[in-house]
Amino acid sequence: MKVHLTRRYLFCASHRLHNPALSPQANRDAYGKCNNPYGHGHNYFLEVTVSGPIAPQTGMICDLGALDALVAREILNRFDHQDLNHLQEFGNIVPTTENLAICIQQILSRLTLPAHLESIRIEETGNNSFEYSGEQLRQ
Amino acid sequence: MIYLTRKAEFSASHYYHNPEWTPEENQRVFGKCANLNGHGHNYTLEVTVAGEVNALTGFVIDLKLLKDILNREVLDGFDHRHLNKEVPEFATQVPTTENLAVAIWKRLDQRLNPVKLHRVRLYEQPDLFVDYYGE
Repeated sequence: MKVHLTRRYLFCASHRLHNPALSPQANRDAYGKCNNPYGHGHNYFLEVTVSGPIAPQTGMICDLGALDALVAREILNRFDHQDLNHLQEFGNIVPTTENLAICIQQILSRLTLPAHLESIRIEETGNNSFEYSGEQLRQ
Repeated sequence: MIYLTRKAEFSASHYYHNPEWTPEENQRVFGKCANLNGHGHNYTLEVTVAGEVNALTGFVIDLKLLKDILNREVLDGFDHRHLNKEVPEFATQVPTTENLAVAIWKRLDQRLNPVKLHRVRLYEQPDLFVDYYGE
């Protein structure tokens, strides 16, 4: 019997979408106001979905406190109140929320979580959200 | 195949307690949820069904019928109840959100003709929800 559990977290960060390989005009065409030179920020909501069987003794699939502690240590502490462009994770990658979603999924997938990692989902704004479950990307 | 989701809310109280454990073990595992006086939540339930669109009605299921089934099978028994004391499934298991989602699935599965139950999603709070697909 497999149950999925999703926990929702918040972090705040700034970024600028800019690819140095493109011309200034091509950057403006691709990224619009997200290419403004001084960057801008978002309140990102992160949803982490884990799955597993219900332990009969506890009625739970995982220790939520342990999950919260790992996400706080590995994700929230790393990204909250930071400028994403200045982090080493985005040294050569444009910090779009697509790339941020992949980055977070990859960090979490390397950890020993208290239950199986199914997927992560990030809301950049109330209108945009991105989901990644670690499927191989096709170039 | 098309998926339709109906949302419903219920408010209930509960506490977490495993009678095989000492009070200290219950406190260690369940924290403030182990308080035997209980506490409560406003739960949001999302029930997703899957089926084909009926050519005559344009419906996958009659929404009024689905609402009546949800009320009869789930909400009448759960809303404004103490889950440990008043809902039979939790006489012998801890009323966690996980177990609630599975109990709701079992109450609805096979009762939604002509559609199939696809997912039960239960929010305990806006930042915590559980999905069960009957797997």
